[in-house]
Amino acid sequence: MQEIIYKITDPRGIHARPAGQLVKLIKEYKSTCQLGSATNLVDGKHLLSVMKLSLQQGDSLTLQFSGADEKEAADAVLKFLQENL
Amino acid sequence: MVEGKARIACSGIAVAPVFEVKDAGLELEKIIAGSVERELAAFEQAVDVARSQLTALIDSLPADSEAAEIMEMHLMMADDPDLLDPVRKLIGNGGISAVAAMLKAGTEQAEEFKSLDDPYMQARSADILDVSRRIACAAAGVEYQPALSARSIIVADDLTPSQTVGFKREFIAGIVLRHGTMNSHAAILARNMGVPSLIEATELAAGLSGKILAVDAVNGRYYVEPDNETLRHLQEIKNDWDKEQLKLLALRGKEAIAPCGHRILTAANIGSPDEIEFALDNDCEGVGLMRSEFLFIGRDDYPSEEEQYQAYARVASALNGRPLIIRTLDIGADKKCPYFNLPAEENPALGLRALRICLTRPELFKIQLRSICRAAARGKIRLMLPMVISITEIQKTKALLQECAQELSLEGKEYVLPPVGIMIETPAAAVLSATLAKEVDFFSIGTNDLMQYTCAIDRQNPRLEPFYDPHHPAVLELIRQTAVNAHQAGIFVGICGEMASDPVLTDLFIEFGIDELSVSPSRILALRHRILNSHAHCLNERPSNCNF
Repeated sequence: MQEIIYKITDPRGIHARPAGQLVKLIKEYKSTCQLGSATNLVDGKHLLSVMKLSLQQGDSLTLQFSGADEKEAADAVLKFLQENL
Repeated sequence: MVEGKARIACSGIAVAPVFEVKDAGLELEKIIAGSVERELAAFEQAVDVARSQLTALIDSLPADSEAAEIMEMHLMMADDPDLLDPVRKLIGNGGISAVAAMLKAGTEQAEEFKSLDDPYMQARSADILDVSRRIACAAAGVEYQPALSARSIIVADDLTPSQTVGFKREFIAGIVLRHGTMNSHAAILARNMGVPSLIEATELAAGLSGKILAVDAVNGRYYVEPDNETLRHLQEIKNDWDKEQLKLLALRGKEAIAPCGHRILTAANIGSPDEIEFALDNDCEGVGLMRSEFLFIGRDDYPSEEEQYQAYARVASALNGRPLIIRTLDIGADKKCPYFNLPAEENPALGLRALRICLTRPELFKIQLRSICRAAARGKIRLMLPMVISITEIQKTKALLQECAQELSLEGKEYVLPPVGIMIETPAAAVLSATLAKEVDFFSIGTNDLMQYTCAIDRQNPRLEPFYDPHHPAVLELIRQTAVNAHQAGIFVGICGEMASDPVLTDLFIEFGIDELSVSPSRILALRHRILNSHAHCLNERPSNCNF
């Protein structure tokens, strides 16, 4: 399993557009992805679940990848988060 | 520029682009569920259709535009297991069509978004509903029409009540119907909102979507793609109209006491709780009719006790001590509500409707009665029963109210038993009014149905308009008798049908001693003006022990 913890810096939080891009990216990999706060993890391939987390600036986002391409998935998603959120 | 004539349903001037409502609405009650396999297959196919519609739409929009981004999001939603899996599960349970299952699951998901703290995410519930409707329309094989999203003139052949309530108020600049009648619900709703509206615009062409339409609902004319001269002319009419309205606004805060000394409470008829704002702007002295069925129509499931309580309590507190008369559920006949699963009837106007449904399904009725009792602790609320024909119906309802009161006090919930009144809208009730008056705290005469049942004229049938006499002497006589019987029993009597705002009848109602006239909010001040300047003499004075 690969785990990333990322603090959201975008003042608008994870709104619909970045949530869509994030889910789209995660879906490109075979590995499963659970994401959310430490206590509430949802399936990272489900757009509405991710939107409902309603993540705000300053929130810590935990992502856990499991599967054959978990390393590649984690790297790509971390890069996306740093560039966009 | 094309122009034409039409009848005025609500006065005013409006100029805006046309939003044409397609005839093929989603009529859930007409969709019958097939086998589980068939509905599942229909659903998967509908999802594919919706996705290709969205892909084509995205391709037609400028790349990276905001509209394209929103549609991208819709496309992802149309592929999201969070939205689609619950639909598959619902269909798998059997007995539900792909269309109904999609709308139900979509509404539930949208409700979840509405309850989030983040206002931005709350607003996404509209996107979820939009996607759900798109898929449901594909499953039903009807053309999908996006929701109204900018200020427009709504053009249609006719509108059902659920279509009318489906539009966001702030986006309705005007309404023009090719058919429609003065007493149709669309016309009544338009008046409640004060939206300039025309009906019987029979010559108005189809395919106007996006074109500019000018509505002159002062002279009863419309202009498609108006030229500059016409627009200037309309501006003048609007200025005069506004001046007239300003004069009426000066009557706010005045009691409507006729020169003969008879005082009439000038109250408002409202549908949804939102309409209370416009009613207060027009200085209503109370709400003489809150049509509670508008909390029930245009949705897929019953409103909960809490939801109803909140709605009633909100209107009661907004009225700040002025009376609020809540009419219990009045569906059936022309007001349809698919999830009630009512059997089709040969003769719906004479069928299982209103109080008859409530007394047949007491468990359902009690939810409404409980919510009204709870809201009565928050304001001056009165309960009113529609479609009464006998004293038994009143007694049965009162017994149910007692049960509700006992339950609420056992549960430790705050409540007040409201005064109970009835609509006089069947000839039976009018004829029996002397007896019924001893059983209730007030009467309110519903002239629309009283007219329909007394004269045997279907008010939704435009072909009968030549036979329709809005001042039919039989109806006027029933009103007079009812008012006399009410005062003899020491109770007050109001009128909440469309006749209440008929300018020709104000003098007569003062003579009859009517205590309250409840009208569309946009007509309150004009009514008050007529009462203040009436030469009529009240012949049926209110007994001194009778209070509103």
